[in-house]
Amino acid sequence: MITFLLQGLRISGPYVLAALAGVFSETGGVVNIALEGILLNGALAAVLAAYWTGSPWLGVLAGVLAGVAAAGIHAFAALRYKVDQVISGLAVNFLVAGLSRFLLKLVFNSTSNSARVEGLAPWAGVDPFLVLTVLIVIASHWTIKRTVFGLRLRAVGEHPRAAETLGIKVLRMRLWGVLISGALAGLGGAWLSLDQHQFTDAMSGGRGYIALAAVIIGKWTPLGAAAAALFFGFAEASQIILQTYGLRVPTQFVQMIPYALTLAAVAGLIGRSRPPAADGIPYSDEQD
Amino acid sequence: MSPKKSFLAFFLVCSLGASAAAAPLKVGLVFDVGGRGDKSFNDSAFRGLERAEKELAIKKEYIEPTEAADRENALRQFASGDFDLIIGIGFIFTDDVNRVAKAFPKKHFACVDYAVDPSKTIPGNVVALKFREQESSFLGGVIAALTSKTKKVGFVGGMDVPLIHKFDAGFNAGAKWADPKVKVLVSYAGVTPEAFKDPAKGKEIALSQFDQGADVIYHASGSTGLGVFEAAREKHGLAMGVDSDQYKDAPGFVLTSITKNVDNAVYDVIKRQQAGQFKGGVIELGLKEKGVDYIYDDHNKAMIPAAARAKAEEARKLIVAKKISVPFK
Repeated sequence: MITFLLQGLRISGPYVLAALAGVFSETGGVVNIALEGILLNGALAAVLAAYWTGSPWLGVLAGVLAGVAAAGIHAFAALRYKVDQVISGLAVNFLVAGLSRFLLKLVFNSTSNSARVEGLAPWAGVDPFLVLTVLIVIASHWTIKRTVFGLRLRAVGEHPRAAETLGIKVLRMRLWGVLISGALAGLGGAWLSLDQHQFTDAMSGGRGYIALAAVIIGKWTPLGAAAAALFFGFAEASQIILQTYGLRVPTQFVQMIPYALTLAAVAGLIGRSRPPAADGIPYSDEQD
Repeated sequence: MSPKKSFLAFFLVCSLGASAAAAPLKVGLVFDVGGRGDKSFNDSAFRGLERAEKELAIKKEYIEPTEAADRENALRQFASGDFDLIIGIGFIFTDDVNRVAKAFPKKHFACVDYAVDPSKTIPGNVVALKFREQESSFLGGVIAALTSKTKKVGFVGGMDVPLIHKFDAGFNAGAKWADPKVKVLVSYAGVTPEAFKDPAKGKEIALSQFDQGADVIYHASGSTGLGVFEAAREKHGLAMGVDSDQYKDAPGFVLTSITKNVDNAVYDVIKRQQAGQFKGGVIELGLKEKGVDYIYDDHNKAMIPAAARAKAEEARKLIVAKKISVPFK
């Protein structure tokens, strides 16, 4: 039972971090479909840094920074040039998918797999990523609901014009939302690859999209999104464990759950799920 | 050497000499999901290609496709160029090779693990290289069962398809043949080709099999299996590699590897092409033809109990003599 719990938590971890990343970005009013690419970029950078320096913790740092960098591209296109946020997010995903293969080829002479690197040593038997993630969930909730920063972030996502009249710099707040988003998803990516001691091509495996589903089902709140991500992780863990007991739950069925639930949520079957009012709408300071 | 064979050898040498003078043979190889560096199936194929480059002085090129659609494109790219022989690595190329081979009837194609469909004929310019993996997996099952202390062993498959069922069925049969009381836990990583490159999933599956008491886990799952090795390291359990000797991926934790000599098959088909002896059809390689085997060398000798080794060798003789027929599904 304990092992099942731990397994569920481990599988959920990257989902949770990516879902929180989505909450930060979208609370500020920027749709972040780039989560998938950010995860992958974080995963790659973590392995590269750990490979070159021999230190997995520098790998974690590199993963976070690489996440911020990938999110920065999205922010640059979406905020500075008002590019459609879905398009700019997808562009980041494609960019990272290609770039990661290119770098793998350069460094490891394979477009599929990296060499093996050191992973993080457990803290008293517990995965440090797990500890960090629990702290981050609490901190995210507190930041968005209880701090001035969180209030401003919500304001620019709900009604940017009103926020601006109160002296809040809308684009700067949105930029913060997206960059924090990058840091969190980058950390999620580092978790994915360092846990495997290796980077594998496309190892994010759609987790970024599932995280977006968790954001919607979690109604754009940190705790809600984290809970939805946990649910998806545990569904996956159950499928694995049932299989070894000889009960074959089709993988397709489990893979369908997040998307089916998202449809249900969007259709209003699980309470009302409403995005921030200005989510996805570009904002210009120099209007009128 | 029989007169017939020596004639063949003579012919081979002559044609080798002839082709060496002409422009070098050009061989294009397209990798399977998992790609180069999977330290397993694809790397084995690549070794064959490299050996051919060195010993037969051919010119080689290869492509690692990302998306399903890239596979056919890669084959086409080679076929429309000046390549003489195009090789697709993996069952997943079956349909692609069929299509491209029909479009380029003058080029020669080889497909490793080609899935033969009894209702269709294989194009004449295609050679299907097939292995009886169930036979070597049977020996793997024997070794796993007789090495296990918990009398529970595990199998982790990649994509849930007939090709992987051969490994699964052989392993199960071998374990039960060696010791009917042994329990085999079976899991598959998924139902899409991505199941061959999801080490995170592989690790979680293996961890849960170890937790349920398995102490030896055999994987047939491409780079997903790298996760199985990580789990073995973490739990101090034993894993069994597949296709290539995977000992180096987790030294001390890899009991043995069930090898499939894709390298020899690839090398031989290139050699035949160079000798002008390419012939379409199916080539099947099992224990008897030394197309499949398991690793027993200085690295893992000490890990395999003498009784397990003896029993596996007994099974080998019986399989080669067709006294045991190994199930393949």
